[in-house]
Amino acid sequence: MSENKEAGTAGRVWMSIGFIFAFAAGAYAEYLGFFTFVKENPEEIWELFLDHCQLVGIASSIAILIGVPMGIFLTRGFMRRYRDMILNILGICQTVPSIAVIAIAMTYVGIGKTPAIIALVIYGLLPIIRNTVAGLANVSSVLLDAGSGMGMTPGQLLFRVEIPNAMYIILTGIRTSVVIGVGTAALSFLVGGGGMGDLIFTGIALVDPGYMMAGAVPTAGLAVFLNWIFGCIEKWIVSPGLVYE
Amino acid sequence: MIELERVTKIYPGSEVPAVDSVNLNIAEGDICILIGSSGCGKTTLMRMMNRLEPITSGFIRIGGESIMDKDVTALRRSIGYAIQQIGLFPHMTVYDNIATVPHLLGWDKKRIDERVDELLNMVQLPPDIFRFRYPRELSGGQAQRIGVTRAMATDPPVMLMDEPFGAIDPINREVLQDEFLKIQEKLKKTIVFVTHDIHEAIKMGDKIALLDAGQLVQYGTPEELLTQPKNRFVKDFVGADRALKRLNLLKVRDAMLTNPTHCHGEDPSETILEHMIENELSYLLVADREDNLKGYVNLEELQGHHGNVRDVVRPMTLTVKPEQNLKDALSKMLSYDLGIVVAMDDDGKIAGVLNSRTLVSVVGETYDERGGHWGRITTKGRII
Repeated sequence: MSENKEAGTAGRVWMSIGFIFAFAAGAYAEYLGFFTFVKENPEEIWELFLDHCQLVGIASSIAILIGVPMGIFLTRGFMRRYRDMILNILGICQTVPSIAVIAIAMTYVGIGKTPAIIALVIYGLLPIIRNTVAGLANVSSVLLDAGSGMGMTPGQLLFRVEIPNAMYIILTGIRTSVVIGVGTAALSFLVGGGGMGDLIFTGIALVDPGYMMAGAVPTAGLAVFLNWIFGCIEKWIVSPGLVYE
Repeated sequence: MIELERVTKIYPGSEVPAVDSVNLNIAEGDICILIGSSGCGKTTLMRMMNRLEPITSGFIRIGGESIMDKDVTALRRSIGYAIQQIGLFPHMTVYDNIATVPHLLGWDKKRIDERVDELLNMVQLPPDIFRFRYPRELSGGQAQRIGVTRAMATDPPVMLMDEPFGAIDPINREVLQDEFLKIQEKLKKTIVFVTHDIHEAIKMGDKIALLDAGQLVQYGTPEELLTQPKNRFVKDFVGADRALKRLNLLKVRDAMLTNPTHCHGEDPSETILEHMIENELSYLLVADREDNLKGYVNLEELQGHHGNVRDVVRPMTLTVKPEQNLKDALSKMLSYDLGIVVAMDDDGKIAGVLNSRTLVSVVGETYDERGGHWGRITTKGRII
């Protein structure tokens, strides 16, 4: 009980510190002209925000739809021996700066949303594949032995034993990928893909902090929000029998 | 029920067979123990029976049907499978774990519910408490029970068990073994049971198959292995204390002296005292008219006592049951420093008396080597 109380007190202390900082940040933002700008152009910001969400949503969905099956595929039978090689290649790809990936995508498909989405997908794949592979490889061989010994087919083993047990790690990968995606999507403005990058880069070019922050603050908020959402999804999907401390 | 014919397993890239031309015939309702040191091929042999390991050559038939003719998943679903590491699915509740195979077979929910409750009751884990627990909320012993229960879920006639009690502390293991034997007595399943523990083998097995380097060295009842070891290897494996291990197999009933001398509570003390002095007895059992055990009287207390024996009778602090095994009885005798212990049946009647001398002679009957060990445990025999 006393521990709980202490934790509660600590929580309240941090909360108040957080509020003070938020208030200070808000005051500073107002000083820079952030709120004035938002009040004057709500529609434009909202449109760009939706644009941004759309970019992230499409790219992440594609990345998940490709990445998870790919990760599963890499842990099946004969592919296992290529697993490390492929993960290494993907690791190297990840070291290429995101802006370079976007630039390369543009040289192939021109400007607009397409190169942005392609770049975001490529960039978001690695954490998903890597965590899917790691999660599945992490499932104890004892469980697989017990499962197949009781007469599960490989498919049943995958869906009833392997994926549920790897779910937490897979979801962590997806979460990382999406949150990185939110940040990277700001760059898509550079190839005419729209999104909050429009406000940020224009703000920088005009040396108008208010303009710039109108793009940066919602982007950061979106990342934090999505991170939280995924935390909730994790709690909801991952079996309570699996506890990760 | 299970027939193995020249079953051989050679792992790819290996010269030496892991299992070498094993012939084995396991009768229905028997527990057959596969035993041997690690790497002897016992687990491999067991895993071939549900085709978790492909068979290099030879035949395995279960219930007269070759296992190669059956669909592999259907075969595995029809055989109970329990392993040492238990392998409960951590993301599933106890209920879902037990229901694994019933689910695979498509049982309806009501039938599964009933079956899960029945099984949980059987292993004395109240369903209302345990049904929706997760494996991480179970103790080792509880998890092991669930593991065995899961293997029994569809009531398969054949079960394969790979050291199912291996990961449990000795005290709990004993409890689980007894529990399991009690269940087996009712269910009469054909069980292939892998272990490396000779004590467990002797206790659990109807038949024991001793393997060495992939070959079957001796196959027989525990009694046969202990009393007629085929060769040096078997002798060494079952251990120098074979005679002691035999105590596990024998019941108190086999060694006790029946109808021991006793007196009745109503007998006058003087007569009994006289009788005891005459026969050089230091104490005597006391029973009532129906042979129910009342206790004992000793010589000193009878001396100078007038009246009935029942006034000086002392209660028996320790008795054994005729169905108990001799090892438990002996260990009780040793730990309480008794030279004699009374066997009392369930109704409280005197069934017989066990003393260390008769115990030794019963155990030694088939023990062909000099009984050097026995000097140590023979306490001062106080024989009636």
